[in-house]
Amino acid sequence: MTQTKKTPSHPLDELLRLDRIPHIWCPGCGIGTAFSSCLIAMKTSGIDLQKTVMVSGIGCSGRGAGYVNLDSYHTTHGRAIPFATGMKLANPELNVIVFSGDGDLFAIGGNHFIHAARRNVDMTIICVNNFNYGMTGGQVAATTPYQAKTTTTPMGNPEPPFNLPLLAYASGATYVSRWTILHTRDLMESIEEALLKRGFSFIEVLAPCPVNYGRRNKEKALDSLKIYQERTIIKNNADPTELDIDFDRGVVLGKFVDQDRPTCTEMYDKTCRPTDLSEESKAA
Amino acid sequence: MKQVIKGNFAVSHGVKLCRVKVISAYPITPQTTIVEELSEMCASGELDAKFIKVESEHSAMAGVIGSSTAGVRSFTATSSQGLLLMHEVLHWAAGARLPIVLANVNRAVGPGWNIWADQTDSLSQRDTGLIQVYCESNQEVLDSVIMAYKLAEKVSLPVMLTYDAFFLSHTSEIVDIPEIEQVDEFLPPYNPEFRIDINNPRSFGGMIGPDYYFEERYIMHKDALKALEYYQQVCKEFEEIFGREYDICEEYRTGDAEVIVVAAGTITSVSRIAVDKFREEGKKVGLMKLRMFRPVPVERWRKVLGNVAKVVVMDRNLTAGLGGVFASEIQAALYPIENKPMVYPVIAGLGGRDVTPDDIEGIINYALSNDKPTDVPLFWGLKE
Repeated sequence: MTQTKKTPSHPLDELLRLDRIPHIWCPGCGIGTAFSSCLIAMKTSGIDLQKTVMVSGIGCSGRGAGYVNLDSYHTTHGRAIPFATGMKLANPELNVIVFSGDGDLFAIGGNHFIHAARRNVDMTIICVNNFNYGMTGGQVAATTPYQAKTTTTPMGNPEPPFNLPLLAYASGATYVSRWTILHTRDLMESIEEALLKRGFSFIEVLAPCPVNYGRRNKEKALDSLKIYQERTIIKNNADPTELDIDFDRGVVLGKFVDQDRPTCTEMYDKTCRPTDLSEESKAA
Repeated sequence: MKQVIKGNFAVSHGVKLCRVKVISAYPITPQTTIVEELSEMCASGELDAKFIKVESEHSAMAGVIGSSTAGVRSFTATSSQGLLLMHEVLHWAAGARLPIVLANVNRAVGPGWNIWADQTDSLSQRDTGLIQVYCESNQEVLDSVIMAYKLAEKVSLPVMLTYDAFFLSHTSEIVDIPEIEQVDEFLPPYNPEFRIDINNPRSFGGMIGPDYYFEERYIMHKDALKALEYYQQVCKEFEEIFGREYDICEEYRTGDAEVIVVAAGTITSVSRIAVDKFREEGKKVGLMKLRMFRPVPVERWRKVLGNVAKVVVMDRNLTAGLGGVFASEIQAALYPIENKPMVYPVIAGLGGRDVTPDDIEGIINYALSNDKPTDVPLFWGLKE
């Protein structure tokens, strides 16, 4: 009797480029959990994966696009949203998911985020916020908490971080939530909801970076999870101005915005493609 | 004091010694450790400078344009995509005649993503008006930072010094770190004639119409050319104080050479090994190391290369549809000479592929055994 060795498998294998595995993420990193939550939500949401594209920028989270076994684009630093906007406008049938990090989406690419939200481009933005530039070795980012230590703020960060849900809300996003990688079920449900939501959806995922951020702030990977458990509170529909990231005072999680307004494509067609014109072009 | 340090630390030590007042930078591999060390120096007070933690390279250069206009010595560093993102404000820094020093770690440009050595990033900025200096060793990197400020402040133009990703940025070498008193002697405090001054208000960045723009650019060009002469003076003064010799370009065993290899960056070091080997065999091979590439030392190139039979130009860069940038500009410089040498343009080592002394030996043999180049350019080591 011949015995064959069982090939290890994973329930998400069909959605992964297995030739790219093992991934680059460090032990204790939160991106893997955020990424698998995203993939599970993509499966359970029932969206047509043949018409789904994932776009990432640069950084550790930016590697997401390279691992997903769908049409995907690993773009230049900060430009995931404009690349994705081009794809969505060229082919409005696509489900467009941007999976990237805080440094990419909110520092070098911050400008694009506010404008895509303002235009209400129908896409889902998943931002893994690990509070620093992890890939280049842990420098201060626009999301680094006040007084936190990084390689470029060895005495502590003198600047306050962005309140990302407030920024998204103020810029016009139609769906805004924040979870941590400890809250995987809430996170998966939220991503699923966001994928099915028409308009610009934004989910912030708080995630540990033990190797670069945690190490300098005396926070091991498990410590981060404890903080996520003990110093967060779920408060759906909380006032976006109260969502600052300050773990000493406590951090609010939940779904904060779920509203409807016309999407970028709808407004564009209404203004620039009156019905008679588009019918004429169809007839031609 | 001699220390074993990486190329990136050679830059940060140089910046510290120059008493730079404002540093503004955004992290990118392989530049990151320069600014990590500088931010530590700023935070600890070891360096009395402000470090601006900006949100992109474009903002980094814009930030030092601001600080330099305010009249203080300013520094930034980047690499590859970061340098390309700065492009608009590089033109501005030069046009505004600001003596900013920029360290660029030569890294390949995407796509596909590649973080290894390649000179296409800095060479694609050759029309911005920045002075460009290419470095071969960590010692040269440190010394070039100090000389860069002296030159920049003399000609009122920004200087970009460049060196190869990983081969220098992350490789440790013995570096003689000068005493700060010596550097003070060489580089006096920066005291610009034009600066933001509340007692003498001026407006910067105004409109300039067709009546004056043309002349303004002509003056900038003339001043850029002056940098060739000034840099030679700067190198001489540097040698008097620090004992190390530099020039706008460097010659190695070129005296009676019949074939000269031209290279920039770390390919120079391996070329030197190959040249020695040919010399041992009695073959008249020499080397010209490119240091200053903007402004172009046309006369010097003609002097060094004008009388040899063959010139092999090593380009770790590519302008698709043309070839190597160095070869193209060297050919242009040699064009008016009556008995021009035959130029053998070679592309090698793109995206950090290793270029060994054996490769250079093979390339020289190719030039020796062919009356004219078989391919223009020749892509050395191309996989089938």
